[in-house]
Amino acid sequence: MLPDAVEHHHPALAHQFDSLAQQREAAALGMWVFLVTEVLFFGGLFATYAVYRWWYPDAFAAASHELDILLGGTNTAVLITSSLTMALAVHSAQLGRRRLLLLFLIATMALGCVFLGIKGVEYYHKFVEHHVPGPGFEFEAAYARQAQIFFSLYFIMTGLHAVHMIIGIGIMLAMFWMSWRGRITADYYNPIEVSGLYWHFVDIVWIFLFPLLYLIGRHA
Amino acid sequence: MSQTHVVPTRVYYTIFAILMFCTYLTVQVAFLDLGALNTVAALAIAVFKAVLVVLFFMHVKYSTRLTWVVVIGGAFWLGILLALTMTDYLSRAWGTFG
Repeated sequence: MLPDAVEHHHPALAHQFDSLAQQREAAALGMWVFLVTEVLFFGGLFATYAVYRWWYPDAFAAASHELDILLGGTNTAVLITSSLTMALAVHSAQLGRRRLLLLFLIATMALGCVFLGIKGVEYYHKFVEHHVPGPGFEFEAAYARQAQIFFSLYFIMTGLHAVHMIIGIGIMLAMFWMSWRGRITADYYNPIEVSGLYWHFVDIVWIFLFPLLYLIGRHA
Repeated sequence: MSQTHVVPTRVYYTIFAILMFCTYLTVQVAFLDLGALNTVAALAIAVFKAVLVVLFFMHVKYSTRLTWVVVIGGAFWLGILLALTMTDYLSRAWGTFG
């Protein structure tokens, strides 16, 4: 018998780790490695954006004017607020406050849904205005072709971001279920912490998308 | 039991307020005519906001050196992607002049 080992073994501690702290560190580190691949995934699109904006600055400015700053700005505020509720959810988990954790997870999911709703309204406007790239695309003649490139990038970048939001909400649902079942404690909250990292990453992507898509050449 | 670094909620609320103010700021700056500096200002504010999120909301400020290495490594590789791509595209037209 190994009384010491039995005594110190926490049910949430996987056998390959020495301690809960080491296990938590490994989880966060693994998530960060994944997020770096995500940074480069989005990075390719940002590089594409940089090249085309360098080539067609006037068309990009003209096309950017068609986006709604109020809706885009509101969505930025909504996402930043959801990052706050996410940070507070992790905080509640660290303190083992289950009720508060559940509430903050709901708030985060609700704000995520508000973001997607506003995004949907914006997409709808673009369909009505014939600003969706393709045969039905309409724009002032001088910039028609180049503006299609801007709107292609707009839909691909915001669309990929929206897919990440949907996945994020799915992850939050799983976190809600785990927390509801009492599997998250002050000793073991790695899933909440790691999900939070993902949520904040998606927020950061939008922090760059907002000025680069909505705010070009507004002073002209 | 293992000790974890619990960040006081006051820190989160402060960061949240700064992020909101920066969002307002980036919209206001976009309407000023700064020439080429408009893009620089927009990106500078965005990078500042991203760094705050990474350091505080994502707890990197309180994380191990190994985490710092991964985060900085990621930013560095993104820099390689953008910088090397743009050195090509920015310099392509040079040969066509003169």
